[in-house]
Amino acid sequence: MTTALSQTEALAIGDRTFRSRLFVGTGKYADNPIMTRALDASGAEVVTVAVRRVDLDRSHDESMLHHLDPERFFLLANTAGCYSADEAVRYARLGREAGFNDFVKLEVIGDQQTLLPDVQGLLAATATLVAEGFRVMAYTNDDLITALRLEDAGAVAVMPLASPIGSGLGLLNPYAIRTIKSRLSVPVVVDAGVGTASDACVTMEQGVDGILMNTAIAEAANPVEMAAAMRMAVEAGRRAYLAGRMPRREVAVPSTPMHGMLDSR
Amino acid sequence: MMSSPHVQVVINGKPTQLPAHGSLLDLLARFDLDPGAVVVEHNRTIVRRPKLAGTTVHDGDQVELVHFVGGG
Repeated sequence: MTTALSQTEALAIGDRTFRSRLFVGTGKYADNPIMTRALDASGAEVVTVAVRRVDLDRSHDESMLHHLDPERFFLLANTAGCYSADEAVRYARLGREAGFNDFVKLEVIGDQQTLLPDVQGLLAATATLVAEGFRVMAYTNDDLITALRLEDAGAVAVMPLASPIGSGLGLLNPYAIRTIKSRLSVPVVVDAGVGTASDACVTMEQGVDGILMNTAIAEAANPVEMAAAMRMAVEAGRRAYLAGRMPRREVAVPSTPMHGMLDSR
Repeated sequence: MMSSPHVQVVINGKPTQLPAHGSLLDLLARFDLDPGAVVVEHNRTIVRRPKLAGTTVHDGDQVELVHFVGGG
């Protein structure tokens, strides 16, 4: 009998438990109805949102809260677009005020072209926010030492990238991600870079606790189908990891017995 | 010197003239915003809903009105 993994193996982060290991963003969708359907298909419980100015001329985008039921989704505010620790702390505070929990997906970006994190700023902002009672999920690069420092600073989860934000290049350094996972006690949720379902599956096969993605779903030709594929890929990768893969060999080993072949002695 | 009946404040980066002695709650009403749906930052300090009516907007103040939008 098969059991849906999502029902048997929950993911605990901070004081919360989540049923899905797939976290999804809400940016870049063609329209809100497509986003809503994609979120449904993804099975995600944690969805990220951003804090931005209200459009006082009302020419576009109303609040995301019109489209996301906080009873159903866990809204994780991010600090995307922040280039200093101080700016990220300011956005985190606004996000906590706008939202329903004290979790923050902390980003401190260091470079406009690659959107790679400024790890010094990230560590400083983590320390400040942890002292203020935030539960910090820190978006970082795939560097073990930074990941360890973030854990020491009190992050409830560390979120190394698979590849740059929005690149869709997939998991560039499985070794680094495995190393981070093997050395940290807090959950490791890979954030950014996944491009398609196989990327998500391979990433989960490294043993990480979850994946956060946005562009791979939002920019797919059919976001709803891709969201469903990602849901299955994350679950497949997790189950394969738990199942334990066979060893890699440089030589073939027959699957069929040689014993009992005709003309044998 | 008589005080001006108006104050000049910067709301979401835009210089805006408002009647003097108004509160942050008045400011939200002016833009037809539900106090439950936006977060108000007044001179870099977050002002929670119960304090909006009692916080007066002064000349030169900086006000940010934010909410959740889509993001990754």
